[in-house]
Amino acid sequence: MSDAVNHSRRSFLEKTAAVGAITIAPGIMLHQVASAKPDDQPVTDAVRWGMLINTNKCEDGCTDCVDACNAEHGLVGNNRPETDTQYIRKVTLREKQTGHELSLPLMCQHCETAPCVDVCPTGASFKRKDGIALVDKHICIGCRYCMMACPFKARSFVHEQVRNQTLSAPRGKGTVESCTMCVHRVDKAQVPACVEACTQGEHHAFIFGDLNDPNSEISQELAKHGGKQIRADLKLNTGVRYQGI
Amino acid sequence: MIKRFLPNTFIVAALAMLFPFAGTADVPLPVINEPEGEDVECVEPEDDMTRNHMNYILHQRDETMHRGIRTSRHSFAECIDCHVQPDEQGNIASIDSNEHFCRTCHEYSAVTIDCFDCHADRPQEFIEREKPADHPPVSLQQQVHQLLSATEPTAGDSK
Amino acid sequence: MKKIDYKEIEGKSLAYYGLLGGLGLIILIALLAVYRMEHEGHYITGMTNQIVWGMPHVFAVFLIVAASGALNVASIASVFKKAAYEPLARLSGLLAIALLAGGLVILLLDLGRPDRLIVAMTYYNFKSIFAWNIFLYTGFFAIVGVYVWFMMDHNMYKFKKKAGLAAFIWRLILTTGTGSIFGFLVARSAYDAALMAPMFIIMSFAFGLAIFILVLMASYKWTGRELGDDILVRLRGLLGVFVAAVLYFVAVYHLTNLYITEHHGVEKFILLEGGQFTQVFWIGQIILGGLLPLALIYAPGVRDSRQVLGLICGLIIIGGLSSMYTIIIGGQAYPLVMFPGYEVSSTFFDGVVSNYTPSSYEVALGLGGVAIAMVIVAFLIKVLPFLPASLADKQ
Repeated sequence: MSDAVNHSRRSFLEKTAAVGAITIAPGIMLHQVASAKPDDQPVTDAVRWGMLINTNKCEDGCTDCVDACNAEHGLVGNNRPETDTQYIRKVTLREKQTGHELSLPLMCQHCETAPCVDVCPTGASFKRKDGIALVDKHICIGCRYCMMACPFKARSFVHEQVRNQTLSAPRGKGTVESCTMCVHRVDKAQVPACVEACTQGEHHAFIFGDLNDPNSEISQELAKHGGKQIRADLKLNTGVRYQGI
Repeated sequence: MIKRFLPNTFIVAALAMLFPFAGTADVPLPVINEPEGEDVECVEPEDDMTRNHMNYILHQRDETMHRGIRTSRHSFAECIDCHVQPDEQGNIASIDSNEHFCRTCHEYSAVTIDCFDCHADRPQEFIEREKPADHPPVSLQQQVHQLLSATEPTAGDSK
Repeated sequence: MKKIDYKEIEGKSLAYYGLLGGLGLIILIALLAVYRMEHEGHYITGMTNQIVWGMPHVFAVFLIVAASGALNVASIASVFKKAAYEPLARLSGLLAIALLAGGLVILLLDLGRPDRLIVAMTYYNFKSIFAWNIFLYTGFFAIVGVYVWFMMDHNMYKFKKKAGLAAFIWRLILTTGTGSIFGFLVARSAYDAALMAPMFIIMSFAFGLAIFILVLMASYKWTGRELGDDILVRLRGLLGVFVAAVLYFVAVYHLTNLYITEHHGVEKFILLEGGQFTQVFWIGQIILGGLLPLALIYAPGVRDSRQVLGLICGLIIIGGLSSMYTIIIGGQAYPLVMFPGYEVSSTFFDGVVSNYTPSSYEVALGLGGVAIAMVIVAFLIKVLPFLPASLADKQ
C-alpha cells in the first residue's frame, strides 16, 4: 500500500545488476556519465546524448559492438538475413579512387531533425528531450514509412513473432524498431552496450557523452579533432559523429 | 432490501438470456495465485488494482517511454516480477498458458492483452534464451486448396 | 435540357450473382492471405527490411491515384460544364469512392498492426504527410458522398455545382498528398522530386479514366442497356490526351534527374541496368502502358471498335501498375547513397541492389482490394439509380 513495499527479491536483483555494471565497466561510468538522473525526474534538453566513433580504431572484422547490442536487446535472428533485425552493423568502405579500406559501425544516427519523426503518422517515432530517437511501439501501427524516410537504413521491421524478450528491450511482431542508444542504460547512468563492449575490448573507438556539455570528453574531442556526419548534406545534425571518413 | 434486490435480479436474468452459456463449464473461472509471503501487499489496494491496473500501467508507460521516468511503483516489470512466479513444482506459466497470472483473468473476461506481444511475460531469470522455433509457413496455394476442399478453417496456430 | 432517366440495374441474373460470387472469392482469398501475413509476420511475403513497401502498396497507391482520376468525368460535367458528360457523373462519383475504399483496405491490412486502426485514428503527428492523407481520404469520402447525394436528390440539386467544385479541388489536393508521400522522401535518390505530385495528378487522370471506361462498357453490355458511340469517342479522345501527358511528365522527370549528377546512379539503374525494374519500366510502363495505347487510340480504322477501346484501357491499367512498381519498388531497390565515392558492403545489404520477388500473399491482397472496389460498384448500382437507363446517341 505504501511506497515501502517489500521488494526483497526485486531489490536484490537490482543490486546485483548494479554491482555487475560497476565491475564490468570500471571508470567509464565515473568520468563519462557524471550522475544518474533521479528515477522520478523527466529527461531534459539540458543534455544531448551523442557518440563519436573513430574509424581508425575500428578493426575490420571485429563485431564486439554488434554482439553486445544483440545480447543486450535479445536480438535473435531466424537465419533470414533479409528480414532479421539489426540495430547496429559493421559496414566496410572501400574508396573507389584509392582503394583505401575502412570499417565502421552504423546505427541510428539520432538526428536532431529526424526524418523518421517527421513522417510518422501516429507520432510513434519521436525524439526524447535528451536527443535520443525512439519508437514508441505501443502506438506504432507498422506502416514502415519511417523506414522509407531514414537515410541510414537504421530501422528494422519485426517480421515475425518474438518471444523471450529481455526486460529492457521489449520488441514484437508488426512494429518498427532501431537502436535506442540503450536508453534504459543511459537512464541508469551507464553507457550504451556497444560503447561498453568496444572499450572492454581495448579498441576505444567509441566515445559516448553529452554533446551539450563543453567539458565532456566527446565535446572536447570534437572540438580538438572534429567529427563528420554521414549525409551531412541533409542537415540533420546527427547525434552520432565519425572521425576518419 | 427487496427494492435493491429486484433490479439486480432483472439484470442477472437479462444477462443470462443474453449469454445462455455464461457460468457453465465452457469458460473456467480464473485461478489467481497470490504472491507468496504475508507481508507482501500490492502497490495499490487490491480492488483498485482489479479495476484500474490498466490505467496505472498506461500512465506509467507514457511517462517512461517519452519522459524517461523510471519509478518502480507502477512499473510493468515489477508487476511481472511479483505476480508471475513458479508454483510448488517449480513450473512457471508463460503467456501461452492460461495459468499465467494475467491471462487467466483476461481470458475469463474476454479482454485481449496487447502487452506480451512485446514485453517479457516472466521475470528474466525464468526465461530460457534459445533460438525461437522455426515453423515453415504454409503457402497461400495450400491454404486456398484447404479452404476449397474442406469446410473447416485451417488452424495454423503456433501456440 | 432533356431530363436523364436513371435506373437501378436489375441484378437478378445468374451472371450478376456469379460476378458477386467471383469477386467474393477473391476477397476471401485476400483475407486468408492477410490472416497468414499477420499471424506469421511479414517474413512470409516478399517484403524485407530493404524493400519495406511491396506489392500491396503498388496496388493500393494505384487504386488511390485512380480513385481521384475516376472523379474526372463528373468534374468535366459540373466544373467545366460539358453537358455530354452529365449522365456519367453519378457513376464517376461512385467509382471514385469505391476505388479509394479498395486502396485503403489494402493499405490498412498490410500494416504490421492493423488491429491498431484506432491508434491511427486517435494519435496524429501533423507533420506527417501520412497523417494529412488520413484526413484527405476521409474528407474525400465525405465530399464525394455529398456530391453524389446532391446529384440524386431533387431538393439538393441546386447545390450540385458547388459540391462538384469542392470535390474537384479536394481531389487535386488528395493526389498531391499521395504523390508527396514519395516526393518528400529526401533520403532516397529516386523520390526526392517535387515533380512527383503533379506527375501523380496526370497519372490519376489516365488511370481513373481507363477504369471508368471499362466499368461503363461492362455494366452497359452486361445489363443490355444501350451505350452510344458518341460518348465513347469523346472519352477515348480524352484518354489519348491524358496518356500523352503522362508520357510527357515521365520524360521530364527522368530528364531532370539525368541533368543532376547526383541522380545519375539511380537513373542508370532504372533506365538501363536495373534488371526486372528496367524491364517493367520500358516494357510495362512505357511501351504497353504508354506508346501502344497511344498508337491504338489514334490509329485509323479501329476508331469505333469497342474491343480495341477495352484493350487500350486494359493496357493503361497494366502501365499504371507498372509505373507504381517502378516508382515504389524500383526506388527502394536502388541502394541508399550514404558514402559517396566509396564501395559499401555489410551484412545488412548496404550498397547492393535489393532483390524483390512478389509473394502470392501480396498479390492476393492487392487483387482483393480491386475486388472490394468492384463489389461496391456492382452492389450500389443495383440499389441506387447511378446509371442512365440509356446512353444511346442523340439522333
